[in-house]
Amino acid sequence: MNEKAIADFVYEEARLLDAMQWEGWLGLYHAEARYWVPLEWQQQDPVLQPSLMYEDVLLLKVRVERLSGERTFSQKPKSRCHHLLQAPQIVECNAETGVFKARTSFLYTETRGDTLERYSGWASHELIAIDGAFKIKLKRIDLINFDAPFGNIQLFM
Amino acid sequence: MGAYRNNIDAVRALVRDSEVHRDVYIDAEVFDLEMEHLFPNSWVYIGHASQLAKPGDFITATIGRQPVLATRHSDGSVHVLFNRCPHKGVKIASEACGNTGKFFRCPYHAWSFKTDGSLLAIPLKKGYESTGFEESPASIGLTPVKHVKIYRDFIFAKLNDGGLSFEDYFGESLSTIDNMVDRSPEGKLVVQAAPIRYMHTCNWKMLVENQTDTCHPMVAHESSAGTAVKVWTREKGDSTDTPMAVQLYAPFMSPYEFYEKSGIRIWPNGHGHTGVSNSIHSDYSQIPGYFDKMVATYGEARAKEILGETRHNTIYFPNIMVKGPVQILRHFIPIAVDKTLVESWVFRLVGAPDMLYERALMYNRFINAPTSIVGHDDLEMYERAQEGLRSNGNQWVNLQRLYEDGEKSDVTEVINGTSERQMRNQFHAWVKFMTQDMTERAEAAE
Ligand code: FES
Ligand SMILES: [Fe+2]
Repeated sequence: MNEKAIADFVYEEARLLDAMQWEGWLGLYHAEARYWVPLEWQQQDPVLQPSLMYEDVLLLKVRVERLSGERTFSQKPKSRCHHLLQAPQIVECNAETGVFKARTSFLYTETRGDTLERYSGWASHELIAIDGAFKIKLKRIDLINFDAPFGNIQLFM
Repeated sequence: MGAYRNNIDAVRALVRDSEVHRDVYIDAEVFDLEMEHLFPNSWVYIGHASQLAKPGDFITATIGRQPVLATRHSDGSVHVLFNRCPHKGVKIASEACGNTGKFFRCPYHAWSFKTDGSLLAIPLKKGYESTGFEESPASIGLTPVKHVKIYRDFIFAKLNDGGLSFEDYFGESLSTIDNMVDRSPEGKLVVQAAPIRYMHTCNWKMLVENQTDTCHPMVAHESSAGTAVKVWTREKGDSTDTPMAVQLYAPFMSPYEFYEKSGIRIWPNGHGHTGVSNSIHSDYSQIPGYFDKMVATYGEARAKEILGETRHNTIYFPNIMVKGPVQILRHFIPIAVDKTLVESWVFRLVGAPDMLYERALMYNRFINAPTSIVGHDDLEMYERAQEGLRSNGNQWVNLQRLYEDGEKSDVTEVINGTSERQMRNQFHAWVKFMTQDMTERAEAAE
């Protein structure tokens, strides 16, 4: 559970997303986890301030299951994605308190059909160690242009 | 050479009793004419007075293609002004909102204006002496929009002088705004945050029509709402409380019979709403403490009456939709014939428990966001329509469901909730406000 293990975990999450191994990706999340995309600069409150996404594991499962649905027309053709990550910056690595945090600058690309969209920002991971493995408690994605009018963002940053 | 400019008959011929020509969605000249006629002839939503809490606060907006701004003056009055410097035309306010202090100062040559728009000062004033400057329109400052109405803090404006008064334009449809405001125990709404913004590559009217299209949710949203219901049914175990998230998703899967019975009410001038007797918003859990607060303000009978009104989507023609039970206003802002910016605003009910605001914010990000799976379903359909309509196979879009011969326009009626009558109602208004000043101009020329 050292700093390198945190960075490796962040890379592994991105790899699973890029490989569209959704089930494996969901397996990285703790049962109480949240996936959060704020709609304000340095947003503090996900509940009483508006967000683009603030989802628990049930809702993430809905999204994943939907991606392969027979009548999911916005996934015909299917989207693909690519994460380009800077080396994660370790914010906290404390085995005693069990607090592990990283912040990673990223460029995210999502394509569908002939269109390609790019997003940039910072992903913050809050992890806990369970039986010698990390699980995600919170993944927070701060986009530089969170307030821009986007088209459909269908996969996960 | 286009087919529609200066051709009122061609514009009228785009709309028939139960079908409309595809050019209303895909023809760039028709779009230009909407910007020049339809929007200036209509009462258009500018913003909410709570966005202008303090003197010097301003918001910017457009009516058709014309930039305007609304300000709070030092005496508390609200002014809607053309967002254009009287000198050489520079936009005075460039941000969505802000506070300008005691005056606006143009960034180009520093002409300055009071927050009611009047000219405050010009550098090198001497240079205008004996030039007849007082006679020029520039000397009054920022040009005011003449027709402005603030209804229960909702700011509307109309650019053209002709046409209907605010009251004649909206009439009974204002009851939806009334109901949304009355849902606050203090009778007051506030905007506390920026809207969710979502870019749609389709014509703006597709979105407006979709708000009262009750025959699509169970089909198009099977992918999102249907999956949400399926996953919850599988995973809930012995849980007896349905999570707020599932309560918001699940009603989208209601069957046709549900919508048939819940009804649609149409009003004159293109306004109308779904969910007359009940709606997809009817069965949310009670929020602890809320009803008591409502009773304390309104008394039990009136509180029940207010909360018993669970209208689904109310269209205020041309381009906003209000959703009272979750305090959301969606603004469909036309950018181009095939491009529409959607801004979804959430209001907070002053004096109500936080959980109501939490639910409204949740609804907005679940249904109206670029990251919303429900929104993905809808946008996919609009984009496919925008492309499909180029087909020459059939040039007409069918709006015939539950059409009856001799159907009246500009009336109030409650009808079967799966009818496409509200879309026909909108297109009747579309022709009316599109051609209104074309008629005036033609008459003036005679
Ligand atoms: S353009 Fe505004 S002062 Fe010259
Ligand atoms: Fe829909």
